[in-house]
Amino acid sequence: MTLTDIASAGGGGGSAAVEDAPAGRLQRIARVQALQIVLLLAITVAVFAILRPNTFLTPFNIRGMVQNTSIYIVLGVGMTFVIITGGIDLSIGSVLVFSGVVADKVMASYGGQGWDTVLVGTVVACASGLAWGLLNGVLVAKAKVPPLIVTLGSLSAALGFAQILTKGLDLRDAPRTLVDKVGFGNIVGQVPTLAVIAGVVAIGGIILLHRTRFGLHTYAIGSNAEAGRRVGLKVDRHLIKIYALAGLLAGFAGILNLGFFQSTTIGGQSNTALNVIAGVAIGGTSLFGGVGSVFGTVIGLFIPIVLQNGFIQINVQPFWQQVVVGAVLVTVVYVDQLRRAAAVGGRKHRLPFLSQRGRGTREETA
Amino acid sequence: MTPVLEAKGISKLYGHVEALTGANFDVNAGEVVALIGDNGAGKSTLVRILSGTEPATSGQMLFDGKPVVLTSPVDARALGIETVFQDLALAAHLSPVQNMYLGREVMRKGLAGLLGFMDTPSMRKGSRDAFEKLGATVRNLNGPVGAMSGGQRQGIAVARAAAWAQKVVFLDEPTAALGVVQTKNVLELVRRVSDEGIAVVFISHSMPHVMEVADRIQVMWRGRRVATYRKEDTSMEQLVAAMTGAVSQVAA
Ligand SMILES: Nc1ncnc2c1ncn2[C@@H]1O[C@H](COP(=O)(O)OP(=O)(O)OP(=O)(O)O)[C@@H](O)[C@H]1O
Ligand SMILES: [Mg+2]
Repeated sequence: MTLTDIASAGGGGGSAAVEDAPAGRLQRIARVQALQIVLLLAITVAVFAILRPNTFLTPFNIRGMVQNTSIYIVLGVGMTFVIITGGIDLSIGSVLVFSGVVADKVMASYGGQGWDTVLVGTVVACASGLAWGLLNGVLVAKAKVPPLIVTLGSLSAALGFAQILTKGLDLRDAPRTLVDKVGFGNIVGQVPTLAVIAGVVAIGGIILLHRTRFGLHTYAIGSNAEAGRRVGLKVDRHLIKIYALAGLLAGFAGILNLGFFQSTTIGGQSNTALNVIAGVAIGGTSLFGGVGSVFGTVIGLFIPIVLQNGFIQINVQPFWQQVVVGAVLVTVVYVDQLRRAAAVGGRKHRLPFLSQRGRGTREETA
Repeated sequence: MTPVLEAKGISKLYGHVEALTGANFDVNAGEVVALIGDNGAGKSTLVRILSGTEPATSGQMLFDGKPVVLTSPVDARALGIETVFQDLALAAHLSPVQNMYLGREVMRKGLAGLLGFMDTPSMRKGSRDAFEKLGATVRNLNGPVGAMSGGQRQGIAVARAAAWAQKVVFLDEPTAALGVVQTKNVLELVRRVSDEGIAVVFISHSMPHVMEVADRIQVMWRGRRVATYRKEDTSMEQLVAAMTGAVSQVAA
């Protein structure tokens, strides 16, 4: 207790004791972090824009970068929720492939190239993803298997099923409407359909996470699951919902992926989950749980894409992008941890997704 | 007078460790009972059982004279029993307001509420009132409680329990991390809560605090109650003797 505490609490009743900071509900730390990432992105963009004034900031190039990020954003929204609970989902790349395969097969047998076929495929893909997500959630929440192991298992199994269903050969039955209107189409002018879809998903995620009780309970569980349980939160059920949401979005990304690549990309998604996790972490969501934002994730996912695009334009081998992204990831998380350690002072010894949920994963100080 | 909450012959085994061995306990409405005993005597274990957080290995619990079985903290809360645990059980990353209303959020009216949108202004107001009533120094209603001092966090946890309790409040060492002024506030709050007819169970290692605030004092030693005294009829020397097992009443 400090002298000012005593001073303001003096007189017993302490009417001056409770003050309201004028700010909104986002924590200040989260805001500083988000600002820092936005700045990083802005500087990166500015550097490339100066180096290549005629080609980098053209509508065509921007459109390409946005389109390349869109599917990752859909995946990143789900991943953000999962990581805020202190979990992890390694399976999303495989679930995306599996959902794409099932949707492709169903659409091929349904026939046609129109919106009705696209709708059928979308429903099937989302349902496939949801099923994997529910399985992940039940195994994490009820069977108490660590999330890392559960989703490592479904990473392998979902891809295996996809290969069994296709004998390992990519399917290419995406209907024309899906490819022309969604994968490569524009809603208006140069605004790609994929980007609008990603934007809608991101805004939905932001509202759900920051404005609703569902979002609040997501933070609470990541912060202190036992405390949540003691005040009556249905922790297990909430975790199942979170993994189900991540699976659903991976399924949805499966149909978008089919429209974009016109292929089920069976061999092409092995790094997807890791890339998305990197974006989420760069965006300020803590792998220890309890902290994070969807907005940060969106920015964090743009950074690698912008770097890659920029390096190609300035004739640096694009492989440098991977090196730089790795360095950015580690630096951002390191700096963030230093600041957090100073601010919250909570000591957490082990990453929660390596442990069973709710079994003394960490020493809580609050 | 029937005690609002009574425990009979509660035992608790952790593997081979006997944390409680046939412990009795009782508290009346509007009464402050201090529960004292040496480290490891079983006070926190008893509180966890009586607040529904852990099941007893054996024993019976009566609420308003009727047997009850608590399977979760939610059961206890439904009966009007609130608890400040020794570890406080706050979510470090959430704000005081969010902690105050966690699990009991006030939703907006109509469709927005059904969609999961919360009535944040009214929760802020409710929290501010509760903290002011306690005189808790919560400077920032929006910051994460993990960034606040131990005393501030304790103030928040105590205010939360006091604000929601209808029948019984358990306070497991509520003044352990507090400075002089905030301790005084908590002790005053304890009296105020009991004046409203609510039973308060107060665990503390501080004999002066116990003597200041308690109506009755129940002493635990090695997993059970060994003595019960009215405050007027006892002294610190007698309490300390009982805590070391030197005294024990037959009908404890
Ligand atoms: N979860 C647990 N697992 C195993 N043993 C436990 C557990 N909780 C408590 N015990 C044991 O039960 C006994 C009683 O512990 P308890 O925490 O109830 O004591 P206490 O009276 O609250 O002590 P203190 O004053 O130090 O808080 C101790 O011997 C303790 O080691
Ligand atoms: Mg204790």
